[in-house]
Amino acid sequence: MIAVENLCFAHGDGGRIIFDNFSLTIRQGEAWTVIGPSGCGKTTLLFLVAGLKMPDSGRILVGGEEIRRPRPSTGLVLQDHGLLPWATIYDNTKLGQKIRQFYGPDGKHSPAGISFDHERDEERIHHWLSWLGIEHLKEMYPSQLSRGQRQRAAIARTLVLEPDLLLMDEPFSALDAPIREELQKVMNSFHKQSGLTSLTVTHDIEEAVVLGEKILVLSENCNSAPQVVDNHLLGAMEKRNSTEFREKCRELHDLLATKRDNVAEERE
Amino acid sequence: MKNKGSLFSTLAGVLMLFVLWQLLSLVVNLPILPSPLEVVPLFLHDMCGELGLHFLASSGRVLAAVLIATIFAAPLGLLLGQMPKIDRVVGPLIAIIYPIPKIIFLPVIYVLMGISDFSKITLIAIIIFFQILVVVRDEASGLRKELILSVKSLGAGRRALFRYVYLPASLPGVLTALRVSVGTAVAVLFIAEQSLTSYGLGYYIVIETYQVLLYKEMYAGIMGMGLLGVLLYFAIYSIERKVSKHLFIQ
Repeated sequence: MIAVENLCFAHGDGGRIIFDNFSLTIRQGEAWTVIGPSGCGKTTLLFLVAGLKMPDSGRILVGGEEIRRPRPSTGLVLQDHGLLPWATIYDNTKLGQKIRQFYGPDGKHSPAGISFDHERDEERIHHWLSWLGIEHLKEMYPSQLSRGQRQRAAIARTLVLEPDLLLMDEPFSALDAPIREELQKVMNSFHKQSGLTSLTVTHDIEEAVVLGEKILVLSENCNSAPQVVDNHLLGAMEKRNSTEFREKCRELHDLLATKRDNVAEERE
Repeated sequence: MKNKGSLFSTLAGVLMLFVLWQLLSLVVNLPILPSPLEVVPLFLHDMCGELGLHFLASSGRVLAAVLIATIFAAPLGLLLGQMPKIDRVVGPLIAIIYPIPKIIFLPVIYVLMGISDFSKITLIAIIIFFQILVVVRDEASGLRKELILSVKSLGAGRRALFRYVYLPASLPGVLTALRVSVGTAVAVLFIAEQSLTSYGLGYYIVIETYQVLLYKEMYAGIMGMGLLGVLLYFAIYSIERKVSKHLFIQ
């Protein structure tokens, strides 16, 4: 689904190198999480895959096609929900459909060969709003909602477009723990049902374990060989306090600590 | 219900204004302050005649100025708001020009453009232009990067961004700027209309009535100009309430 090939990327002109000859393959239907200290390039990687940033060299393929601009079938959810403040939740959820209609099926801004069916589109909005439990809020404006509800709306807006790849950048990090856990559960059951390929950036070790069957650990230093941790505990919300779960978290924790020490050593 | 309430308070305000006016005219008891009981019927009568034409002339000038100012200021404000590099260059200039009362350029504009309708409209347009420019620029620069990025990720290119983000984001700003600057616009119109024109409320109030001591007629003109300001204000306000519903959430 995603192939990162010999990616090189540095911040700004001659800035810090984040990725150097970095390659990675993500297969269809896999749920990945990306973890690492802030500034390690987690979000950059996500934006590169989303087509919002361009690699300095190397290339990124999604669904076999090289990414040069945002791809219409990729869904993106950011930490800051990014809802239009002047539009109701319903209108916000409909925004993607409106943009697709605005351009028509041009294959650039909306998938080629897409058809527009008013009833079906309405049904999808209804479906995702109620699935995320915010149908009753559809006439409200984002400022009237809680953070968790806004994030649900942002997820609904993305899923309405039926993406084949879901990218999320710290989607739940601004939320209180109980709401965060609930939304993690929601996304887990979504992954189980849909088998959608997903890539979620997080700085929270537990979240990485809960949401990812593969966990990519990035370092603050330049990343070249990807370090991937396999994780069978994906979606094991109930095991949060089990030894197994804690072990996995510790493994990740130690890994991050080692990387940090390496960085410190190199700087000395 | 809310509309009824605001209608009621508007009527109450008008009534109080007339009562105050009547009391003052009784106390002052001079021809320069006639009673509203004489002026209001005269106003209603004259609005169907000559005064109505003056009223239309003035309204036309303000509306034309509003239109011209919006057409130029809104896109420029958007541009500056979204391109901080350019804004950093021209920002200081705008900051200096913004507080200067533009009416002082009246003679310059008259000499350059001639004493015509166009020069009067230009003067008012310049005033409104800066109001809109500054508000729209600030609004556009307040658009979060995350918002733009996430709308881009929904497939929006430049055209859709303009249609679904920039346009709706700047419209409330344009309306607010218009609403607060429309009073100044009418005031400047009053001064601009005093020179060489034959229609317009400013001309009517100063040349046709005040200078020939027709005080009651002068007050009819004043009422006309007041009404123009009030109507414009409330018209813009009601559009604002429709367009920017999210700003009026209880």
